[in-house]
Amino acid sequence: MKVRVALNVNGEPREALVPAHKTLLEVLREDLGLTGTKHGCELGECGTCTVLVDGEPVLSCLALPVETQGCRITTVEGLAESGQLHPLQQAFAELGAAQCGYCTPGILLTATALLAERPSPTRQEVKEALAGNLCRCTGYTKILDAVELAALRMGRQEARS
Amino acid sequence: MIKNEFAIIGRPLPKVDAWAKVVGETKYADDLFLPRMAYAKLLRSAHAHARIRSIDTARARALPGVLAVVTAADLPRVKFGILPVSQDEEALCVDKVRMVGDAVAAVAAIDEETAERACRLIEVDYEPLPALMSIFDSLAHPEVRIHEYGDGPNVHKNVALQFGDVDSAFEGAHLVREDVFFFEGNNHLPMEQHAAVAHWAQDGKLTLWSSTQTPHYVHRVLAKALDTPAAHIRVIATPVGGGFGGKTDPFSHEIVACQLSKLTGRPVKIALTREEVFYTHRGRHPVLMWIKTGFTKQGDITGCHLRTWLDGGAYGSYGVASTFYTGVINPVTYKIPVYRFEAARIFTNKPPCGPKRGHGTPQPRFALECQLDKASEQLGLDPADMRRRIVAEPFTKTANHLTVTTIGLGECIDKVIEASGWRDKRARYAAANPARRSPKKRGVGFACSAYLTGAGTAIYWNDMPHSGVLARADRSGGVTVLCGATDIGQGSDSILAYLTAEVLGIEPKDVHVHPADTSLTPVDLGSYSSRVTLMCGMAAIQAAERLRDAIFTAVAKKLEVSPSALVARERKIGVADDWDKAVPFARAVELGEAMHGILAFPGSYAPPKRAGKYKGGGVGPSPCYSYSACVVELTVDEETGTVDLENVWIGHDIGRALNPLLVEGQVEGSVYMGIGEALMEEQVFRKNLHKNPSMLDYKSPTTLETPEIHTILVETDDPEGPFGAKEAGQGPLLPVIPAIANAIHHALGVRIDEVPITPDKILKALDFKRAGKPARVGPERLPLLTFKEPLVVESAFGKPADAIASRPFTTKPETNKPGSQTAGR
Repeated sequence: MKVRVALNVNGEPREALVPAHKTLLEVLREDLGLTGTKHGCELGECGTCTVLVDGEPVLSCLALPVETQGCRITTVEGLAESGQLHPLQQAFAELGAAQCGYCTPGILLTATALLAERPSPTRQEVKEALAGNLCRCTGYTKILDAVELAALRMGRQEARS
Repeated sequence: MIKNEFAIIGRPLPKVDAWAKVVGETKYADDLFLPRMAYAKLLRSAHAHARIRSIDTARARALPGVLAVVTAADLPRVKFGILPVSQDEEALCVDKVRMVGDAVAAVAAIDEETAERACRLIEVDYEPLPALMSIFDSLAHPEVRIHEYGDGPNVHKNVALQFGDVDSAFEGAHLVREDVFFFEGNNHLPMEQHAAVAHWAQDGKLTLWSSTQTPHYVHRVLAKALDTPAAHIRVIATPVGGGFGGKTDPFSHEIVACQLSKLTGRPVKIALTREEVFYTHRGRHPVLMWIKTGFTKQGDITGCHLRTWLDGGAYGSYGVASTFYTGVINPVTYKIPVYRFEAARIFTNKPPCGPKRGHGTPQPRFALECQLDKASEQLGLDPADMRRRIVAEPFTKTANHLTVTTIGLGECIDKVIEASGWRDKRARYAAANPARRSPKKRGVGFACSAYLTGAGTAIYWNDMPHSGVLARADRSGGVTVLCGATDIGQGSDSILAYLTAEVLGIEPKDVHVHPADTSLTPVDLGSYSSRVTLMCGMAAIQAAERLRDAIFTAVAKKLEVSPSALVARERKIGVADDWDKAVPFARAVELGEAMHGILAFPGSYAPPKRAGKYKGGGVGPSPCYSYSACVVELTVDEETGTVDLENVWIGHDIGRALNPLLVEGQVEGSVYMGIGEALMEEQVFRKNLHKNPSMLDYKSPTTLETPEIHTILVETDDPEGPFGAKEAGQGPLLPVIPAIANAIHHALGVRIDEVPITPDKILKALDFKRAGKPARVGPERLPLLTFKEPLVVESAFGKPADAIASRPFTTKPETNKPGSQTAGR
């Protein structure tokens, strides 16, 4: 049975006619063409498919679109605003925090939620926030460094404005 | 560190593909959606070993939405495999399945769900055969044959080599140790599951996009398995979302997707589930090891004898190479005057093992480095000092005829010892642990390693380049680089851009890299064996230098100077002390085109031919070897057996860091992966099924289990590498695992002679210790198998490295230009 879902994705209203059991991950990728969100297990185990729903990290492979109607969904495609990279994206690129890049979108979104809640987290807090996002390339070192660098820069920006 | 005389080389630049990756624009194989695309699924065997009596696909074909169903009957009767000597795989099994997960049929349908449902409607009548699930099972039941070929019943490969008189070396030793170790198998666990899209167009031409590390080998196998001219097949490797060796074989799903595309007249996508990735495997071989080494009082090695038994799984894969690799690389690290090595790879009814980061060498490295730790304890020597003494000599040969060039291991050892506070901690923890009332005991452990920078021989025997690059300049001032290399996250696209920019005096942004497309790019053998930076790098330098030479002649004419007076830098070409007259690069290209026509130049690379002159001498040679030394600091809880890693210091001889940021990333990733193998990762089976085929049950380190990693890069400027560079992607994994085992011994006084070192093993060893028994957990028995009579070859230990008289594909005499440096410079 197909249902019509109306979603707010990256600030844009989007609609799709999809089977009721199709996951948010599949709808984003297959129906809305937002392939930046990746899948690593489809079982909620690896964090790769993380998106933000009303600012909270959600595993899109376990979420149904019908549950997220009326919510603000943010995917990696929505992180940069007006062509300006998010400080996390900038720091990840500069510090080599993306190797194969497959886990990167999910980690960027989890880190975005962390920094919204705790603008200057300790390294341990960053580790705890990202403990549900597996990365097999980096040993996490450059990822933690990049989140810290982005937090520092965002703090400075905040102080200036 | 060497003083940096370069513009690009040595700078911590972002990767050229970093921007696409952080905005989610990178298109991995599963991100491709083509019009009218169908979706495929494989029906896989639930039997570990069975004869196929019949397959009935009628119900599946009748399901609405199903476009095609195939079995082996719909494919050419051809076996394939990555190695010419092990052509034992079938895209769809013909009359027998050899493991759970073997593909027997496939469906293409309008969507994935329909394809899955149709697979469940296929009826396969199996006649179960006894399943052989271990080395011991397979050797105990020669009457059950998994394959009809090999070096004996269920023995895929049996090798024995001897270099010098090992028995005499033991007789003359002050201490001879014999130890037994086991290394459990594990999976690469790439974040991206394998995926492919095939499009067999109506003009008869086939295109396959696949998440593969080896598009060239996939190209060759598709031609064979589909009985179609290779000239009509195009393989494009999409950016790979993590490989680590798991995507270096040609796979059944790639072949089947092509055939389904032909039958349906549509593009066909196939994407594996995580469970299928575990069954597709090709991961670390489980290896049992027996190692006997003689030592002098001072800790010098008098000789070494190693035996390994590999659990190969159901197919050959890279197994013959893996078998040799368990023996041939250890002698590269230390002075081992005489050496004997025997190995056997056994078939079992499990997913096939193959190459994983470190290919065949982490297992014997674990054995050797743990044994050295035990020997140093017995000899009353510091484990680091003992190794420092016996580091191999640069520019010599090993007992097994491998030529080593530069060796930065001594410096790596010195630096990690100093940075980690090794001496202080070694003494302090040993003194403090027994007095500590807390169950948490601290320890530090040490180990070293070496690894090859690219295999010296190709998978199939040929005299052609291992890597090729085409560099083309256009009037915009941009340079396009075409190369068959596959970026699997290691940064090969970036390295190609950096090297080209360095030679031409332009910026990496001016270079457009187009990789891994068999119709467009010159062949590169693939992203395996740590070969890409060196081999593609050398080819890129040659191509860029030829392009530069052509541009220089034109600019020289214009400026009325000699070409040799010109330099290329800052996007200009001119004479250094008359820089005002320098010509902008884009203008220089125009002058070049006006003089020569289109500016497009090839670069080719093949490694120096240095294989030992004996059968089996082709596995192990490499243009140069990287070296690593590692100190691990940890805490073990003796009540729970849990290990808490605190710090890892790793010194790595990188030759030269072309981009230190990327090298650090490779080292950190290697250390992390070593930690997973040492403490938790295991591909194990219960009742013929994978015990933990999911990312939750298959434990791997998260941010919380990964300690601080302190990377120290040592530069040796190797004459073989591009601007002196060696590999970084695999070697630094190797010492981490034994260093952890050795640190656990330092903390608790127990030896865990098998990985993964899980809490239960630590607690068991502590129980033995309390009971006054030997405080060791490890394998208790070895397989009964007769190794071949060894091929006896004279030891080449200590002989000077051969001078390389001529190198393939170098047209000009060697000069001291970057990238074509001569030995002993």
